[in-house]
Amino acid sequence: MWDYSEKVKEHFFQPRNAGVLEDANGVGDVGSISCGDALRLMLKVEPETDIILDAHFQTFGCGSAIASSSALTEMVKGKTLDEALKVSNQDIADYLDGLPPEKMHCSVMGREALQAAVANYRGEVWSDDHEEGALICKCFAIDAVMIEDTIRANDLVSVEDVTNYTKAGGGCSSCHEGIEEILVKVMAERGESFKPGTPSKEEAAPAGMTNLQRIKKIEAVLESVRPQLKRDGGDIELLDVDGKTIYVSMTGACAGCQMEALTLQGIQQKLMEELKEFIKIVPTKAGALSRASCNP
Amino acid sequence: MEGIYFDNNATTRVDEKVVEAMLPYFTEQFGNPSSMHSFGNKVGLAIKKARMQVQELLGAEHDSEIIFTSCGTESDSTAILSALKAQPDRKEIITTTVEHPAVLTLCTWLEKDGYKVHYLPVDNKGRLDLDEYKKLLSDQTAVVSVMWANNETGTFFPVVEMAEMANAAGAMFHTDAVQAVGKVPLNLKDTKIDMLSVSGHKLHAPKGIGVLYLKRGVRFRPLLRGGHQERGRRAGTENTTSIVGLGKAAEMAMEAMHHENTEVKRLRDKLEAGILAKVPRSFVTGNPDDRLPNTCNIAFEFIEGEAILLLLNKFGIAASSGSACTSGSLEPSHVMRAMGIPYTAAHGTVRFSLSRYSTEAEVDRVIAVVPEIIAQLRKLSPYWEGEGPKEEAFAPTYA
Ligand SMILES: Cc1ncc(COP(=O)(O)O)c(C=O)c1O
Ligand code: FES
Repeated sequence: MWDYSEKVKEHFFQPRNAGVLEDANGVGDVGSISCGDALRLMLKVEPETDIILDAHFQTFGCGSAIASSSALTEMVKGKTLDEALKVSNQDIADYLDGLPPEKMHCSVMGREALQAAVANYRGEVWSDDHEEGALICKCFAIDAVMIEDTIRANDLVSVEDVTNYTKAGGGCSSCHEGIEEILVKVMAERGESFKPGTPSKEEAAPAGMTNLQRIKKIEAVLESVRPQLKRDGGDIELLDVDGKTIYVSMTGACAGCQMEALTLQGIQQKLMEELKEFIKIVPTKAGALSRASCNP
Repeated sequence: MEGIYFDNNATTRVDEKVVEAMLPYFTEQFGNPSSMHSFGNKVGLAIKKARMQVQELLGAEHDSEIIFTSCGTESDSTAILSALKAQPDRKEIITTTVEHPAVLTLCTWLEKDGYKVHYLPVDNKGRLDLDEYKKLLSDQTAVVSVMWANNETGTFFPVVEMAEMANAAGAMFHTDAVQAVGKVPLNLKDTKIDMLSVSGHKLHAPKGIGVLYLKRGVRFRPLLRGGHQERGRRAGTENTTSIVGLGKAAEMAMEAMHHENTEVKRLRDKLEAGILAKVPRSFVTGNPDDRLPNTCNIAFEFIEGEAILLLLNKFGIAASSGSACTSGSLEPSHVMRAMGIPYTAAHGTVRFSLSRYSTEAEVDRVIAVVPEIIAQLRKLSPYWEGEGPKEEAFAPTYA
């Protein structure tokens, strides 16, 4: 069973703004029936001000798809179209106190529906930029074409590189074998051979930072958020740094609370900005990320 | 645990009597059966008894044909890899498009090593075309691996007949009978089946114990090499407690076989008829005339399975779905796709699988709850309007 946040469950069990919006003047239909998600977003926009007066949805999809749609309608109501278009899929996920990594594509669909509905209102034609290739990373819905192109464009040499550039492989890691095969193929094209264990590009040529310096930087970031956590009766501790994965433990009022996932996401963002690299922050209490398996 | 558990094809509750049989082997009877003292001796005897209990359930001719493994998946891998190793000049495998990932994933991996794998397609009721199968069999076929009953729909394959055809072509025949064992009577001694996989946790024994049946005289290459356990065919100190548990569970399954095929089947039929009568645009997937007595798989059109499961769970009802979302993959069940079930229905399939613990009251409760849930989700669906699908079909971009 997925480990959904309370907020996701609430928006799933009591969706807001569900159903047809009779006098909608911007409608976005997006989705992929093969992926099991489809969404119609209906907007009622005030022509003089471009303000979204009302937003409704109809969704064919799983729990997090329905919750993401519900959240999206709440988020865009009252905004102007330009403001609404700034809502990113990460914002939708944050609004719901996070989504499991394998479910991030649900929030992506929400964002696409928004673009499509705005385009429809403005009389423009919206076309998505999905590549059509064999799906490699199911967690982040990334296909072979996208991975190949990224490897070519950036001369990538390791699975870790691919994760840093495309996110593919950053979730459950079951696609690493598939990514490796693409690396072997693309590297052969440029006359190189894939060597497992090659340090990733970023590690090989880091922004002049030793591991010790990195840890110090990480500690500094944690230090900077500590006062805020303490104010809420909690704390955070750095446990280990393993390449791109940073293990922390949350204690006090923060541990396990609803805000934990949200807080961690904020800290992760901050760390990425400071370190200028893709990292993943992992609370050591198990269960924060649920794992997918096949149908038994 | 409160609630209605209709997900017995995923796993089952360990029977109290099975637990009782196992307990002494954790403490008093902790010995290693390989040891040369009486601590080990008694355990060796218990394993022998368990082997005979399983032999009886499978209708095997010899108890030595039973090899204990760690799970159904290990049995599947061992069987297929052994067949390939034992016949290095045969480079082809025949299987079906609807096997469990324990077989399918292994086969696609073997393709990379140069093996040619033929995947037999199924029709819209999940049935195989035996003429096509016959055409594929050749002196290149190393092994045929076809499941006895499908885990999602319960549909049977004619494995006894298919084993004879394989035998005539000189190929080995393996069947993944994980879902069938304990639910339907087997009589392996009268068949040409060479290898068969069992998993304990599907028949009220613990998880992490399985069996590979290996017909006497069939050439074999072990997967795990080391000690001489299981006559050198599966090294590793025996999982004595679970083996004893599986033995007891096999005995109990024999006793319950009639009940399974009368009472459990009656409840399943009632559940299915009850739901279909009350929910428009729903249908049974697989072959309703030839399937496991405990399984029914219903497709609810225009809604998605995970959402159904979440709502069922709220009512304390456990079932499973072939939807993409429940597995974290983006594709719906390969079994539904193989039968050509359209995406709008494939994502909305729900499997209810009963057991001998299921009751009439539970069935009535599920029949009462399901129609409400389906109606509630259809109200949210962009494909649905009022009492049926939208007149003007919903066709999103990037469909
Ligand atoms: C048909 C089939 N084969 C194999 C397996 C795997 O069995 P195990 O979980 O014991 O490895 C299962 C159960 O998940 C199954 O249903
Ligand atoms: S499938 Fe790529 S990380 Fe999970």
